[in-house]
Amino acid sequence: MKLNQLSVFLENKPGRLSEPCKVLAQAGINILTLSLADTQQFGILRLIVREWEQAKVELEKAGCVVNITEVVAIEVADQAGGLESVLEMIEAADINVEYIYAFTYRSGDKAIIVFRFENPDAAIETLQGKGVNVIGPVALYDRIGQ
Amino acid sequence: MAEFAFENRIWDTAEKMDRQERQTLQLERLGATVERVAAKVPFYNEALRAAGVSADSIKSIEDVRRLPMTTKEDLRQHYPLGFLAVGREALVRLHGSSGTTGKPTFVGYTAADRELWAGLCARFLVAGALRPEHLVHIAFGYGLFTGGFGLHYGVEKVGAAILPAAAGNTHRQIMLLQDLAADVLVCTPSYSLQIAEVARAQGVDPRELPIRFGHFGGEPWTEDMRTAIEKELNIMAFNNYGLSEVIGPGVAGECAARQGMHIQEDHFIVECLDPDTLEPVPQGQPGELVFTSLTKEAMPVIRYRTRDIAVLDTSPCACGRTTTRMSRVIGRTDDMLIIRGVNVFPSQIEEALLRVEQTAPHYLVEVERPGTLDKMTVHVEIRPEDFSDRMSEMQSLRDRIDREIHSVTGIRVQVDLVAPQTLERSLGKAKRVIDHRKK
Repeated sequence: MKLNQLSVFLENKPGRLSEPCKVLAQAGINILTLSLADTQQFGILRLIVREWEQAKVELEKAGCVVNITEVVAIEVADQAGGLESVLEMIEAADINVEYIYAFTYRSGDKAIIVFRFENPDAAIETLQGKGVNVIGPVALYDRIGQ
Repeated sequence: MAEFAFENRIWDTAEKMDRQERQTLQLERLGATVERVAAKVPFYNEALRAAGVSADSIKSIEDVRRLPMTTKEDLRQHYPLGFLAVGREALVRLHGSSGTTGKPTFVGYTAADRELWAGLCARFLVAGALRPEHLVHIAFGYGLFTGGFGLHYGVEKVGAAILPAAAGNTHRQIMLLQDLAADVLVCTPSYSLQIAEVARAQGVDPRELPIRFGHFGGEPWTEDMRTAIEKELNIMAFNNYGLSEVIGPGVAGECAARQGMHIQEDHFIVECLDPDTLEPVPQGQPGELVFTSLTKEAMPVIRYRTRDIAVLDTSPCACGRTTTRMSRVIGRTDDMLIIRGVNVFPSQIEEALLRVEQTAPHYLVEVERPGTLDKMTVHVEIRPEDFSDRMSEMQSLRDRIDREIHSVTGIRVQVDLVAPQTLERSLGKAKRVIDHRKK
């Protein structure tokens, strides 16, 4: 049920963001969603792509430092309070969230949020137990298509 | 007497001579040396005259400070043997220092010099556990470099057996260590780690090799490297110091206490000076080591500037030797940086990085003076194993580096994490410092 997220180390200098994007473009890999965390000196680019193994190889070949982390995609209602209700469950269950970001894609009245949990397995179990829809890679790629 | 890991033996009673008595001996020998070089070496004859000093005017050890200094450049200008104080027929050996640029500088030895050299090496070898019943595996190069021959003579003097394995072919070195069961390994500190690494790669546990002690020198190393060597090879590692211009190895070496290297002061006068002002630094402060030889025949040196930075310690040592001790070489005057009045060496940055990680990543120090204050930035290449998708972990890595650099150097720097393989690499010696300040 977990997604493999790529993280890429970036120096905070002009042109540094386009480098990994160019590598992925040349390999024909589509970025499904991304988030960028940055400080004055460096940043961490987090990417969700379907061909994550190939992307890792290509990025490393291009000299990038890449790290793979398991994240969880969760469906929330795309309306006021949608995210909040899921966060409430997470908080109540004492689950630690490292960071979150959203998919640009939406289906019907649902939005998809990427969660980086300290312990993804425990989080999945808890949330599924409460009826939250956790979207695995197969279902996700199916929905998003090419 | 303190508890040591092995019996504390002293090779030469001169090592525990009364300090006052030794100073009297130094003074007498200094006068004789100055008299000889004034008569035999044109460079010194001229320099002494220019300084207005003669052997007669030397009344106390402090008078050494009135003598002219000698630099590597002076030796170069009198290439190849302009500093000889004896005729060439009196020589029994020539050695040369590895000039990183250009020609080597040559040094000569008479029979008495070679005997002295052997005795000085015997002193630190015995201080560092060598016994006549041992077998010593010497993996130093035997060539112009003084390391191989110096240690060889020292071991011979002590009466132990030598396996002159010489440098190179690590697989063969490992085979010899296994089959002949040497007790002591002599090589550069980095080569000992190479032996451990190659052994491991070929399925041999380096901790199972029979060696129990190691005498390492010929290049600067750190206390963290000692820890790594001792762990990897399961041995006790000793540091020794010397340079060909002064005599070669044997100028100083560690005892069982391993709290600095005992300087053989009955044969050398050591000074620790501020490299800019050439004034003595306060005790306990790092400074450039300057040596005057007291008994060498072929090529005595007066106040030879080593460009090596270390700290001197005159406090009594648990081993009973009464000589001044020197710390490891913590830097070279060539790469010393003065940041807001504080002396900083690239080796200190490396030490700080080693404290954060097991092996130091590639780094580059950049110094500038944007306004009136110096600003130092340390660019550190992050390695895949250090990288995390969590910002908090990356920040904490940076903070740890920041803290360690501050604790080692005493100054605040800016730590900049950069992508791997982005810092300039030059062949051989890595470029570690870029100083943008106008001199």
